[in-house]
Amino acid sequence: MPARSKGKSKAANPVRSISAADRTVTPSTKARKVFMVTGGLTKFAKAHPAMDFRLMVKRAYDYALKGIPNLTNDRIDGTRISYFSDHFTRQLKAASMVQDYLGMNPKGSVRIEWGGATGGECFQAAYEAVASGRMDVCLGAGFETMSRVATWKGNEFIALASDTNFDFPLGGFYTGYYALMVVRHIYEYLRRGKFAGVKDEREAQRLAIAEGCRIMSLVSVKNHRNALHNPWAQYPKKLTVEDVLRSEMISYPLTREQICTMSDGAAVVVLCDEARAKEFTDKPVRIIGVGTGTDTMRLADRPFGKVPLMPHERASDYEDLRYPGVHSFRAGRAAGLEAYKMAGVTNPNKQLDFIELHDAYASSEIQTYEDLGLCRYGEGYDFVEQGDPFLPGIDYGFPTPRAGQIPVNPSGGLIACGHPVGATGLMQGVFAFWQLQGTIAKHFGDPALQIPDARRGAIHSHAGTGSAVTVSIMERGFK
Amino acid sequence: MRARPPSFGKFREVQAELERSGAAIFRDAEGAESLIIHYPYSINYIHSYAEDSPFFLGLAEGHLRGSRCRRPKCRFVFATPRGHCMVCGAPTEWLDLPTVGRVHSWTTCHFGSEAFLKETPYNLAMVEFDGVGSLLLVRLKEAVESDLYVGMPVQAVFEPNPKYSVTDVWFVPKR
Repeated sequence: MPARSKGKSKAANPVRSISAADRTVTPSTKARKVFMVTGGLTKFAKAHPAMDFRLMVKRAYDYALKGIPNLTNDRIDGTRISYFSDHFTRQLKAASMVQDYLGMNPKGSVRIEWGGATGGECFQAAYEAVASGRMDVCLGAGFETMSRVATWKGNEFIALASDTNFDFPLGGFYTGYYALMVVRHIYEYLRRGKFAGVKDEREAQRLAIAEGCRIMSLVSVKNHRNALHNPWAQYPKKLTVEDVLRSEMISYPLTREQICTMSDGAAVVVLCDEARAKEFTDKPVRIIGVGTGTDTMRLADRPFGKVPLMPHERASDYEDLRYPGVHSFRAGRAAGLEAYKMAGVTNPNKQLDFIELHDAYASSEIQTYEDLGLCRYGEGYDFVEQGDPFLPGIDYGFPTPRAGQIPVNPSGGLIACGHPVGATGLMQGVFAFWQLQGTIAKHFGDPALQIPDARRGAIHSHAGTGSAVTVSIMERGFK
Repeated sequence: MRARPPSFGKFREVQAELERSGAAIFRDAEGAESLIIHYPYSINYIHSYAEDSPFFLGLAEGHLRGSRCRRPKCRFVFATPRGHCMVCGAPTEWLDLPTVGRVHSWTTCHFGSEAFLKETPYNLAMVEFDGVGSLLLVRLKEAVESDLYVGMPVQAVFEPNPKYSVTDVWFVPKR
């Protein structure tokens, strides 16, 4: 075991654990109130060969402006534009071309990029532009065109977002990295939990992995079946647990249906101050909390320290847990703590009505339940089995006794909607906005995914192996 | 003059035509046509390992090197070396890691990036060492998926014909 110093060996092998210290950011009282007044997106698809990135963003922007006659280009003070990889388009400064195409010059803009969390970072950059008073109205726009290269070349580009000295040359592959993380997560919480009584170590680990996979499949079924009611989603599917488990093995134990795909797509949000919000809509949504966190690029460098606690947790819950190791996302915990503190959320499970969560992998959705304090560390698998993150009124093909407790990815998430990286975090913002406005039926043409009386929700965006995470809390801004 | 490329309603058919001739037309549901071409791109980077260089030179000489914080009150040991300490920011010094460790976590990749597809399936493992505070990501060879488990003792093997890559070392089950 690394990072455990024991009496005598201390001098000979001087190691100690790094503590994952609590962050103590105190939210500024000077920030202006920020509201989302509209959003739009393109359907996410395997390929949009008839649209380049400029046209995709334009279509998403036009959708957002529809029905708000007084929101026109001249009312936008500036933009924040996000995309992940220059490799995918072979066009550097592509954000500049989006700015051009939308007719935004000479207004100010910044290109935002932080791996998988790019869209979430863009949402918060637009928030900051308004909160700081620099702009009254800011457009946040994001896109990715991943179909321009073959799938496995695309995987290579994504894997270049891992250390190219130490990680990539070994067989750089993001599904492999998340598989390493979930194998350890299963070891920590199922092998040492439900299967603690099994004497044969290897047998216990096999049983634990099989059980973990079965439960991950429930998450995949949830997200794919939710998406049957979301016309914007790339892969709505009426899957069964067996379908998920029998789909192709990509990196053990993760199967194809537990993993999001590559996509083409764009999404935009328009954020503004209170006075402008009232002018543009009678159903604004306020952003009441923002948080970000980071962690080491290399999984191998993650510390073995203590859990930064949520208000409803105690240190005694985690006496034997070395955190985050490679089993949990410390960046997600840090982002959640910051956003919750700002929003006054002390018990997310009770105080949030839903979460649009970055489920690039079914495994990372379960790991993230724990990071965001929806349940304690180690309870993620039970949390799924009890049905808390499922929607009531949707047939999943298995019992979900506590469905509706806190629906996670009512839209279908990344697994079913797709993941055009620079757009994804903004897509979550758009779906959350429609939930809180109560306009899901209008935009989806189907009321099934509308959470009745949704008042407060969170969006969560996540970069490679949890190296960066954003959490933003949104609340209905009208009576 | 060049003959107009063939037009297809399915993206898959477009991709096949690109493989054949390098140009195709995609026709969407509304009849709009998009011209699509192949656009090659390759480059040889002049890649410096810079402050990580002793690790790669060490592999070529059969040494697995980590790093240790120089500050007497810290002395944190990193399995994956770094020039400065992540805990306190002080410079580090090089040290030889044990060549025997344990699997902290593992996976078998059945697919991979394009560059590694031909090597599938391959195993990745994070290795933990006694007396070392962080982990090392490695290829784990001479074992198949059903052999692998957390806690498995493993040992380092060095490439006899070094390529100055992290793949110059791999691990196998401890004999």
